[in-house]
Amino acid sequence: MEKYILLGHGSGGLMTRQLIVDIFLRHFGDDTLQKLTDSAVISMNSHRLAFTTDAFVVKPIFFPGGDIGKLAVAGTVNDLAVSGATPLYLSAAFVIEEGLPVEDLETVVRSMAQEARKAGVRIVCGDTKVVDRGNADKMFITTAGVGTLEERFTDIGTGTGIRPGDRIMISGSVGDHGMAVMMARELLGFSSEVKSDCASLNHLIGKCLDRHPGIRFMRDPTRGGLAAVLCELAEMTGFGIEIDEPAIPVHDPVRGLCELLGFDPLYVANEGKVVMVADQTNADRILSTMRSDALGKEASVIGRIVDHHPGQTWMNTGPGGKRIVDMPAGEQLPRIC
Amino acid sequence: MKYMDEYRDHERVLRIAGEIGKISARKWAFMEVCGGHTMAIQKFGIPSLLPESIRLLSGPGCPVCVSSRRYIDQAVAYSRINGVIIATFGDLIRVPGSFTTLEKEKAAGADIHIVYSILDALKIAREHRDKQVVFLAIGFETTAPGTAAGILNAYHEGLTNFMVYSSHKIMPPAMAALVEEGVRIDGYIAPGHVSTITGTSIYRHLPGRYGLGCVVSGFEPLDIMQSLLMLVKQMESGKPRVEIQYRRAVTEEGNMKAKALMEEVFETRDDWWRGLGVLPDSGLAPREKYRYLNAEVMLVADPGPVREDHGCICGEILRGIKEPRDCRLFGSVCTPVNPVGACMVSNEGACHAYYRYNRS
Repeated sequence: MEKYILLGHGSGGLMTRQLIVDIFLRHFGDDTLQKLTDSAVISMNSHRLAFTTDAFVVKPIFFPGGDIGKLAVAGTVNDLAVSGATPLYLSAAFVIEEGLPVEDLETVVRSMAQEARKAGVRIVCGDTKVVDRGNADKMFITTAGVGTLEERFTDIGTGTGIRPGDRIMISGSVGDHGMAVMMARELLGFSSEVKSDCASLNHLIGKCLDRHPGIRFMRDPTRGGLAAVLCELAEMTGFGIEIDEPAIPVHDPVRGLCELLGFDPLYVANEGKVVMVADQTNADRILSTMRSDALGKEASVIGRIVDHHPGQTWMNTGPGGKRIVDMPAGEQLPRIC
Repeated sequence: MKYMDEYRDHERVLRIAGEIGKISARKWAFMEVCGGHTMAIQKFGIPSLLPESIRLLSGPGCPVCVSSRRYIDQAVAYSRINGVIIATFGDLIRVPGSFTTLEKEKAAGADIHIVYSILDALKIAREHRDKQVVFLAIGFETTAPGTAAGILNAYHEGLTNFMVYSSHKIMPPAMAALVEEGVRIDGYIAPGHVSTITGTSIYRHLPGRYGLGCVVSGFEPLDIMQSLLMLVKQMESGKPRVEIQYRRAVTEEGNMKAKALMEEVFETRDDWWRGLGVLPDSGLAPREKYRYLNAEVMLVADPGPVREDHGCICGEILRGIKEPRDCRLFGSVCTPVNPVGACMVSNEGACHAYYRYNRS
């Protein structure tokens, strides 16, 4: 373990994992936590609850397509929804920097209320702390959420039902959120039309779960992007994964920016996408259902579970080559030339 | 996407791969000099498309990889001077020095900013007149004109709290040294972006003196495939020469304005390259006129002794003698999370590219 926390420890990749294992799991050592799923599944009096929490820090707090408030609601709703749960209640805790315009706070809170209404969840408890100027960057929000989970969906979070031949789908384009936030920082001296995909996915996911059997795994590809989800999935199940680069939707402005900075859109964060694994026979029908939803119009089957190269993700590249897709190490860094 | 998909077309790539296979009567080994090419080749899975007759070797064209540990150590030492801000490209931040990295120093409190261009560093200097801003200037002929322009800006503006710590290197001495040292290759995929600045005259001696083919290539899969086809044709016909595949960006004479900027600001000096040692006139330092903008002249900070890691074969990999897989540290001790050698940390390093895209 390092002597100090580095930014890479928050990247959602291998360094984050190392931190979780070396510090958090070592001390908390809880069986449910050990599973490292998006939500914890807890049984209480024959009811199954999904429970999750997430801290939101984003710079700037307002960006094209959303703000930190919308993100804080949608992020937690999505963590519950991808576990197969119906999100019901959220908490919201605010750490606010002294001097933040009240107007900004109200804009953020209004946007939280709006997103909660859209998702059909209630924000039922909260907390507020104010810290000295300079001790927080405008505001940080932590939300926690609970939802109910039907027994038949219990394995969705862990992916234990996955078999070779299953199809891997994504509900739309990748990389929009990460690049929108990056552009909003105005570091590059030019602007772009990239908008964050930040959105609550519980209705889209609910529709798929209600109408179709065969959904075996879901996860939202946030930090670490699509690549992190696929690598974790391959490792978790012990099967191999094969994906087709041309099938992965990436919007042109995102592709262009990634090319410019030397980024791989597969590693860029999303806040309104779900990766789904479903059995082969139901995959096409699930895809149609996703596409019938406004948030899933660009949904695509991007690959399959295979029984060769166990634990690894391989990609058929656009030009026809093959290469491995690796777990992101730390933050993606812009290149020199 | 326009101007991109055309260069990644599956059918065309396959057609060229077939043609290369058809005309290769014997085995050929070509070196891609530039780290950008290494990355593109692995990212698009090009080795899996090539006939067995073609072997690709990665060369010394990753600026972070060929720079010495001492450079990082010295940058760290500068960062520990009270009132100094370090402005650096992101690539450098995780590169291991002898005992620490800039990333770790930043976490421990050093004032280190990641910038996208030297212009950002100048801006920081203007906004923090009470501090000294040191820009870590690294790269080959591609980035050196940018640094030169930045230095001229500071000079004309009368900015007195801005300095450059140069690790700039130029490509031709390394390309010659490799063959002089006996690395067995038949030709170079010459660096595309370096050549946009320099033009192609810098490669003129390669076919005549060393019998090497030389094709200046773009960075898309079709560019690289076409360049390989051109190289094979040259070699099979026994007529090695300098050709430009990357016509949409490169001309014979290069970018005269950028060359003039470099000439105005920099002079060459002997410089150390990982794997190649000290090469005469291979590095760039600011001229005497701009000495007050040169951190090496203006700042005193002892970087301490340099510690090189035992077992790391970055040097041999950069010379194309060995492949990342030949290193016993590769993938076990040395990974992108805990890089031992610079080739693993840089996005353009051969080990990083192999680890990310071609680790089976």
